[in-house]
Amino acid sequence: MTDRPTRGALRDFLHAVGEDLTLNARDNNQVAFTVLVFMAAATLPFIDDGYLLSLGVDITMYAVLATAWMLFSGPTNYISLGSAAFFGIGMYTVGIGLGMLPFPALVALAGVLGGIFAAFVGLATLRISGIYFVIFTLGMAELIRQITVWGQAKMGSQAGIFVNHPMSSGELYLLLLALLGAVIFIGWWIGRSRLGFALRIIGNDEVVAAHSGINTARAKVVLFVISTVFASVTGALVAPRYSYVEPTLAFSAFISFQVVIMALLGGTTRLWGPLVGVIPFTLLLELINRINPRLSTLLLGVAFLLIVYVIPHGVVGLIEDVRSGRTSPASIRGKLLGLLQRKGTHG
Amino acid sequence: MTILIIGLLLGGIYALMAMGLQLQYGVARIMNLANGEILVAAAFGTWWFYTGYHIAPPWSLLIVVPIAFVVNWAIYRVLILPLVRRAKNQGQLEVDSILATFGVSFVFIGILLLTFGGDYLNYSYLAQGVEIFGERYGANRILAALIAVALCTGLYLWLHKTRPGLALRAVSVSPSSAGLVSINVERASALAFALGGAVTAAGGAMLSMFLTFDASLGVLFTLKGLVIVIMGGVRDIRGAIAASFILGLVETAVAILIDPGLTLAAAYVLFLIILLVRPEGLFGRRST
Repeated sequence: MTDRPTRGALRDFLHAVGEDLTLNARDNNQVAFTVLVFMAAATLPFIDDGYLLSLGVDITMYAVLATAWMLFSGPTNYISLGSAAFFGIGMYTVGIGLGMLPFPALVALAGVLGGIFAAFVGLATLRISGIYFVIFTLGMAELIRQITVWGQAKMGSQAGIFVNHPMSSGELYLLLLALLGAVIFIGWWIGRSRLGFALRIIGNDEVVAAHSGINTARAKVVLFVISTVFASVTGALVAPRYSYVEPTLAFSAFISFQVVIMALLGGTTRLWGPLVGVIPFTLLLELINRINPRLSTLLLGVAFLLIVYVIPHGVVGLIEDVRSGRTSPASIRGKLLGLLQRKGTHG
Repeated sequence: MTILIIGLLLGGIYALMAMGLQLQYGVARIMNLANGEILVAAAFGTWWFYTGYHIAPPWSLLIVVPIAFVVNWAIYRVLILPLVRRAKNQGQLEVDSILATFGVSFVFIGILLLTFGGDYLNYSYLAQGVEIFGERYGANRILAALIAVALCTGLYLWLHKTRPGLALRAVSVSPSSAGLVSINVERASALAFALGGAVTAAGGAMLSMFLTFDASLGVLFTLKGLVIVIMGGVRDIRGAIAASFILGLVETAVAILIDPGLTLAAAYVLFLIILLVRPEGLFGRRST
């Protein structure tokens, strides 16, 4: 790897295959619209502090998790099945640390710990092939759960922890909303950075990316760390909501599952995609739980299959199919390959 | 000594499970994340036949295994084949099948929860001890391992000596070339997938003889199976068998020496070592 391509070079590369990356009036409108939506959403705690607000907390929590998931798995196509591991790390950092450190410091610490663990996982698996990464993430939450239970038994404490940190639902909701704003902003910023351009090329074709001088492993690890820091911080923030934290709650496989299903329902090609999936799905889940909680796992599984088979590109994909006229990933890949060959013969 | 014997007994059953996964991943080229749920469903089935109808676990294999074969064949036909046909390339199929089987695993968990509830189950069959080298071991463990080894041997011979077995191995080596020698690749893949599920179910029935299980346990076995398959090399049966015994031994050592709650950590440690040292598997050749 002699010369790293600059941001400009990567942009030209993508531009040459038909991706328009210049900011225009439409983008400005989108930014203004996003800010307005967030301001409207921030008024919720002042309108209702009961059922609606608790639903709002659920929605913002899953929105952060799903958007963070999509930051990594969307452009790279590497499916992470382990969001709950990071969520649980965050929750337990707060659970164990309360009384020793102030809450904001614990939230930051949760992000750091989650990030370090992600870097470790990423370095071990992302250098090789996507399949190892998927397998590793599959049992990761369960692994950390086992280690947590064991560690606590060694220390002589019980598996569950009382979390005594008073926090109103309104406060939690606003914090999560701010975090959601942050994850969307970071996602937007990455999309326009050197890293984002590199990732787009990796997602289209990893061989092409490696040949054009991109350090693919490093780009993937960095992105995975960013994505999981958000998941860990989310877990830390919501810990006070449950006054009693235990391993099966913090490392529940259902969290990972729901994050993937919501992001897929929305679509992983646009930043606002997961949001589109999270809102209807949280409502659906609430409905299922009201009718018969025993059915929820089965219905979740069926819903997941329906999404994979019927709308593989999510709601966003549906919308874009309707607008159409965009270049499909397959044609982008063909163009990238063509460009690389030409570059090779000239240089 | 205890570790060695219990580890080997466990490894024998893991070998059965890994061969099932290998048929699905190596031949049909589908990474089935619902594999562990099939295993757990078979354990539930065996429990049900034994406690409800007094059918001894070894005999319930005759019911559980054919059912698993049909169910897995149906899963392949109905859910996987459309993905195979719609995929533009191998990468797309990989992503789609991971997602689909991940969904299937939750459907299975949901069905198990509805039918049997969320409790831990076990039953007592052949619970008396058998003395080996001065230590006593559960007769059920020994019987389970013996049946598993017999089934593994049978499957190995079938794959190496019979025409349909050889056809599956040909597909495993190269699906496109297998088509050239008039092997129906689609049918062979469906057969491999169904057979893989049936073999895994047999493993589940055997494990249930001495293990306490609940509906959420599947993911552990999926992960262990995948670690074994990666450790052994994706298309290498001998490698998978060796890896099964390694995992069985390491896991038992961790369970006895450190804590029985850390068996998954043992699997992960092996996984990490393989990833860092030999990603191509124990006996695999490094691809260039």
